[in-house]
Amino acid sequence: MAQALEAKPDVEMILGLGTKEPKVPLERTEFVRSDQKYSILSRIVRATQVDTIVHTFLETNSSAVSSRALHEINVIGTLNLLAAAGAAGASVRKVIVKSSTHVYGAAEQDPTWFREEDTRTGPVRTRLERSLLEVESLVRDFAEDNPHLAVTVLRFANVLGTDIITPISFNLRKRVLPCIAGFDPLVQFVEEDDVVRALEFVTANRVPGVFNVAGEGKLPWSEVASIGGAHLLPLPPVRPRLFATPLERVGAIRFPPELEGLVRFGRGVDTSKLCRAGFEFRYSSAGTVRSFARANNLRRATGGSDEEYRYEQDVEQFFRHSPTVVRGVDT
Amino acid sequence: MSADDGDTGAARPAGHPDDADLIEAIVEHAEADSHADASGTGTTGRPAEATPALSGASVSYLPVATRRYGSVDAEVDDARRSDVDEWGRSERMRSVVRRLYDPMYKYWFRVEWDGLEKIPTEGGALLIANHAGAIPSDAPAIMHGIETELGRPVYGLADYFFRTIPMVGTLWSRTGGVPAHPDNAYRLLHDHQQLAMVFPEGTKATSKTYSDRYRLRRFGRGGFVEIAMRAGVPVIPIAVVGAEESMPILFRLPRVAKALNLPYFPVTVNSLLLGPLGYVTYLPSKFKLRVLDPVTFDVEPGLERYSRSRVMDEAEKIRATMQDALHDMLRERRSVWFG
Repeated sequence: MAQALEAKPDVEMILGLGTKEPKVPLERTEFVRSDQKYSILSRIVRATQVDTIVHTFLETNSSAVSSRALHEINVIGTLNLLAAAGAAGASVRKVIVKSSTHVYGAAEQDPTWFREEDTRTGPVRTRLERSLLEVESLVRDFAEDNPHLAVTVLRFANVLGTDIITPISFNLRKRVLPCIAGFDPLVQFVEEDDVVRALEFVTANRVPGVFNVAGEGKLPWSEVASIGGAHLLPLPPVRPRLFATPLERVGAIRFPPELEGLVRFGRGVDTSKLCRAGFEFRYSSAGTVRSFARANNLRRATGGSDEEYRYEQDVEQFFRHSPTVVRGVDT
Repeated sequence: MSADDGDTGAARPAGHPDDADLIEAIVEHAEADSHADASGTGTTGRPAEATPALSGASVSYLPVATRRYGSVDAEVDDARRSDVDEWGRSERMRSVVRRLYDPMYKYWFRVEWDGLEKIPTEGGALLIANHAGAIPSDAPAIMHGIETELGRPVYGLADYFFRTIPMVGTLWSRTGGVPAHPDNAYRLLHDHQQLAMVFPEGTKATSKTYSDRYRLRRFGRGGFVEIAMRAGVPVIPIAVVGAEESMPILFRLPRVAKALNLPYFPVTVNSLLLGPLGYVTYLPSKFKLRVLDPVTFDVEPGLERYSRSRVMDEAEKIRATMQDALHDMLRERRSVWFG
């Protein structure tokens, strides 16, 4: 994301905030390490007079963190972020929140396509969905209380890409895709690249509101496996978790609770609102899976992960501030 | 605006040709940009809309091409492996089912249509029909008939209950079943201009016992009329005779239904004759289908809500026409099995 913003000359300064050091080289992004709760954010906002906050830190994968951490990161983190953005005298004009289509859940009564204003039809079953819904309600209240701010919420469908590890991409890399026997639902994906482009789009334009972000079209779960070159692993329709948990323990698959509804009933979101606002998707849902599969093949053939960039504070500082560094030459 | 502004200008190395070009390009961009330059930062070629920087922080520009983002512009390959459309229907699956079902259609039910030409060959239309049989035999017959005769797909809107059953749900979806949701119906009819079929009586009709045969139940809440109004498409009623006798219900077992989590559990003539096999075998009653005149509504399409009384009136009118047609067809029928 920061790399994409750096490419735009009309952005003067980018400030990164995260718990981990960036894994990609960033040329003009200042990076600050923070804790999960963003507790120092209000001080930073005051000190730097930023005008746009892009909140991309929401955890949308419950298998990655404990339930306590999920709550801390999503709900408390957002709370602090919104507090900082809404503080008296803050210069913030725009807040962008990266949410997920998990907020719609997946149930049998669902419409084939969810629009932004539709509410979920089933009860909230998983921790992740509960925390995301709570975050969205915080954001909604915030937007109501601060009508002078442009608050944008992007709900992303399942993301696939080379740089992001999600339960589904983990499974596809292992070439085993869990499914529920007798069910072959339709799903949507969004390419990592389109995720960044969508965030960039709403950063550059003033488009308050909630938007669904997903590649065009839908494809059956079995086709995801076939394009991705993975085998389907059927779990029993009754209590699939009972069988999935041991496999998860040994690291063969990842099957977080929010995936269960998805592989049973699928989910579709209508993205026409974002398209009307002027955004163009580069990848369709099928194209996303296909491009992921190709990258995966390459990764397999060359047998390794991409070389990792290491963020070294001193070196970065040197490159950025030392008068001896000749600017404009590829560092 | 901030102390940083002069800084970057100074940081630009003079006489570096590539870099100079780049900066120029940026200036052009900034000028072309409508946000450009409100408070005198223009000397550095950086528009004012951008975020004010940390004081003292300096920033270096690098040629855009060296960035990883945007430099990889692989061709996007959207090719699909299956022909499952966004509603879950697969034409390939449909054609397999058609081949399997065709003998049943031709030689078992000996389906006979009347007025098939009233169904449009293009554009959206909402087909409605009376519903019957413990496990309804009318839906496949109507879908098969229209697909083979008119060569256009029919999407059957039905209770989402089907989706919860393993295998059945998937098969239902692949053969053109869509969960009955007002939003789905509107999209199919208006956005995609397809034929959608719905049974307004719902399970009230399929669960009724044989003694109530050919007595139309309440037409839901008239939702089908409202959707047709909103989508601006005609409603085409189809009267079906024969389905009632293909799997007649003698009585229902509510307790069993509750235990099995089913909407109803019927004891049918078929099941008495054939045991469990009776739930997958129909009696060979003669099917006659009559397409009635399309009903159009003289209202503005696309409204959020329509007059409730108007909707209920129209629904009731359609119901009465269908009931009349059924009585008429039954008067002419001499035999359940031979028509």
